[in-house]
Amino acid sequence: MRKERGWQEIPIGGLILEAGNAEEYETGSWRTYRPVKDGEKCIHCLRCWIYCPDSAVLTEDGNQVGFDLEHCKGCGICAAECPPKVRAIEMVLESNFEEKE
Amino acid sequence: MRKIVALTGNDAVGTAMKQINPDVVAAFPITPQTELMHKFAEFHANGEVDTELVLVESEHSAMSACVGAAAAGARTMTATSAQGLALMWEILYVQASCRLPMVMPVVNRALNAPLNIHCDHSDTMGARDCGWIQIYSENTQEAYDNVIQGVPIGEKNDVRLPVMITLDGFILSHTMERVELLDDDEIQRFIGEYQHPHSLLDTENPVTYGPVDLPDYYFEHKRQQVLAMERAKDSILEVGRAFADLTGRDYGLFEEYRLGDAEIAILAMGSTAGTAKEAVDQLRDRGKKVGLLKLRVFRPFPYEELGQSLEHLKVLAIFDRAISFGSYGGALFSEVRSALFGAGRIPLVTNYIYGLGGRNISVEEIGSVFDELEHVAQTQQIENTITYLGVRE
Ligand code: SF4
Ligand code: SF4
Repeated sequence: MRKERGWQEIPIGGLILEAGNAEEYETGSWRTYRPVKDGEKCIHCLRCWIYCPDSAVLTEDGNQVGFDLEHCKGCGICAAECPPKVRAIEMVLESNFEEKE
Repeated sequence: MRKIVALTGNDAVGTAMKQINPDVVAAFPITPQTELMHKFAEFHANGEVDTELVLVESEHSAMSACVGAAAAGARTMTATSAQGLALMWEILYVQASCRLPMVMPVVNRALNAPLNIHCDHSDTMGARDCGWIQIYSENTQEAYDNVIQGVPIGEKNDVRLPVMITLDGFILSHTMERVELLDDDEIQRFIGEYQHPHSLLDTENPVTYGPVDLPDYYFEHKRQQVLAMERAKDSILEVGRAFADLTGRDYGLFEEYRLGDAEIAILAMGSTAGTAKEAVDQLRDRGKKVGLLKLRVFRPFPYEELGQSLEHLKVLAIFDRAISFGSYGGALFSEVRSALFGAGRIPLVTNYIYGLGGRNISVEEIGSVFDELEHVAQTQQIENTITYLGVRE
C-alpha cells in the first residue's frame, strides 16, 4: 500500500494531475461476479476489450488472454458483449473462488 | 477616462462586469435574477463585451456551468439573489472545493416563505459555510469597487477561491447613487490576465476535477481550504492597498467609524452601516462617545483583528439582518462574541435582529438602540441579550 500523504503534500481541491493513475488504485475487491472465459469458445474478436469500462481485459498480440482481476469490477459488460453465437464469458459468483482460494 | 455618474446598484455592478469583460458568464435570466444581469445581457447584445454568455434553465445549472467554465480556465462570473442562491447551494460547495475562482455579485434578499423579495441577509448568511469569500458593500460605490477587487482576490495562486460580493436588495440594487466609474483600461491593468494553472483545455497537462475522494483524503482537502481562507485575508488586504493606490478609496477587512475613543458601538454589515454612521454623527454632536464597526469581510472572518478593535468598548451591539433559527442570536452575533472571548477584555454584547424581509431601519431607530446601550453601560445589566428590533408585539 502507498504511504498516505499529508494535506500540504497533495494537489489542491482533489485534482488529479497525472493521466492514467487509476491503475494505482485497485478496484478488484468491489467485484461480486468474476468474468471467466472459456478459451475453447473465444474467437478473439476483442469486443470485450473494446467495451470493458475499466480497461481490465488483457490482450497479447491481438489475442484475448484473460482479465486484470486487480481492476475488473465485475460489471459483466464483457460477458454481455461477447457475440451471442460465442458466449465465451461466464460471470461466476466471487464467493465461489474465495472458498477455494 | 473616469466618469462620475448616477447609477443604480444593479447598473453599477453590471457595468463593473462589462469592464471586467469575463470570458464566461452563465446565468439564469428570469427572476429572482435582478436587473444586474439584464444590464450585462444588454452590454453583451450590443457587442460591448467578448464574453460567452450562457443562459441556462436554473441557478443550479448556472453555477454548474460556471464550474465547467472555471475549470476550463475561463475568467468566470454570474450573479444571483435570494432563492436563486438557495438553488445554487449544492454547486457553491463544488466551486469552492474544486478551488475554482470566480466572482458572483449577490443582491441580498429575503428567502421564502412567505414570499418576499425585499432586502435581508438570509441568503448569503445561510451560505456562510460553503467555502466562498464573502464581502459586503455599504453603498453602490463599494459594490462596484468590491466586484473589481474580487477578481484578483480570488484568483491569487495561494488562495484560488470563489468570491461573493453582496449588495443590499432594493436599498442599493434599485436606488440611484453617485458612482465613480474607473476607466476600462485601468481596470484591465488592475485585474491582469488570468493564468489558470490547471486548465481542463490544456491537453499537454491533463487534469481531473472532482474525482471520488474517500475517507483517506477528503479531510486533507478540507484542511487545504481552511488554509486558503486564511490566506484570503492577506489577499484582500493586498488587493485593497493596490486599489487604494489607484483610486484613493481604502478598503480593509472592516471600517472603524469614530470607534477609537468610543465607549458604545454597534457592528453592522451592508447598507445599514451607512444609516448607522448618520446616527453616530448625530449622537457625537451631542457629546456621546459612540461609534460603529462596519464589517466588510465576513468570510474569512477577521476574528483576531475584530477582537483588537472592539475590546476597549463598554457595550457593543451586533446587528444581524438574518436569523439563525434555533441558535443563540444571529450568526454575526455568535461569531463576534466568540471572537471577543479570545480578546483581552470582553465588553457587554447584545444582539439586534433587524430589517427582515425589507423592514426599514431608520437613523432614529439606531439612535434609540444607542439609548438602550447607554442604559446598559450605566447599569452594567443586559435585560435582553437578543432583541427583534421593530417587531410588533
Ligand atoms: S466484468 Fe466488467 S470490468 Fe470486468 S473485465 Fe468484464 S467488462 Fe471489464
Ligand atoms: S468478446 Fe468473447 S469472443 Fe470476443 S475476445 Fe472477448 S471473450 Fe473472446
